[in-house]
Amino acid sequence: MKGIKFVLVGILFGIIMSKSEAISWYRIQEMFRFQSFHMFGIIGVAVVLGAIGTALIKKYNLKDIGGEPIKFARKEAGWKRYLYGGTIFGLGWAMTGACPGPMFVSFGYGYWMFALAILTATLGTFVYGLVKDKLPH
Amino acid sequence: MIEYISQPWPWYFSGMAIAVVMFLLVFFGKNFGFSSNFRHLCAACGGARFSDFFDYDWRSYSWSLLFLVGTIGGGWIASNFLTSDAGVQISEATINDLGKLGISAPSGLQPDEVFGLNKVLTIPVLVLVVLGGFLVGFGTRWAGGCTSGHAISGLSNLQLPSLIAVIGFFIGGLITTHLLLPLIF
Repeated sequence: MKGIKFVLVGILFGIIMSKSEAISWYRIQEMFRFQSFHMFGIIGVAVVLGAIGTALIKKYNLKDIGGEPIKFARKEAGWKRYLYGGTIFGLGWAMTGACPGPMFVSFGYGYWMFALAILTATLGTFVYGLVKDKLPH
Repeated sequence: MIEYISQPWPWYFSGMAIAVVMFLLVFFGKNFGFSSNFRHLCAACGGARFSDFFDYDWRSYSWSLLFLVGTIGGGWIASNFLTSDAGVQISEATINDLGKLGISAPSGLQPDEVFGLNKVLTIPVLVLVVLGGFLVGFGTRWAGGCTSGHAISGLSNLQLPSLIAVIGFFIGGLITTHLLLPLIF
């Protein structure tokens, strides 16, 4: 059962998202109204520590637990897909108050309505798959 | 101890904890990015019949779907064993702004006006949950990532595309918050 560790990290992530209140629709509204530092602080600390850790892993060529060198995928160059797709995602993020991870955490928390958001988000990805060749990237 | 961690966690501790999750996945040989799971779900449901975008070996990403299952469990554990009774302590300014939309001050994590099951056939729910969910699923895949993949993993790796995506996230979020929500409620 080498998959169990991913379940455990997922559980940890779900608890963090819940207790940090990052899954809260109210917190996302507060963020998009710039009325509290809370969400900016969470993301900011994660990014600063993430950047330090990423730089250290690269500098010392650290390996993962399987002994393979750790590689960080580079995002393909360009801007259209990031700006357009990002804006569409942002429109939805402020509506549901949840990015993809928190949808599932909120569902587990007992807010069953998120099952509907998960369903339509999956449908959204499906429709993207149908029309992607017609979209600028 | 349980009582202590049952309080809402401060932002600096939460941010550190998220970085820990990212590096656990990195040291497991994977990466931190959640929205790909919607694609894996489409692929697992036979999406390859409709688009070659879903024609790949989704089983090699079962670790990601296991992570997803874990997040549901984490939410369940937090709500059953690590709860504090208070509603989310958002700022007075936000409470006032949301009050103007007819949304009452928090008594839990999510507003009943949007996520109460008795509201399922109201316009705000249909727009915010049904359309909002769709836009999240469509937009993340077009952008190639969400908050975890771009804002946290991508910015940590100093990727310019991720910065552009995050700027997009905020353009969209600001439009919904300041222009669309007053129309919806």
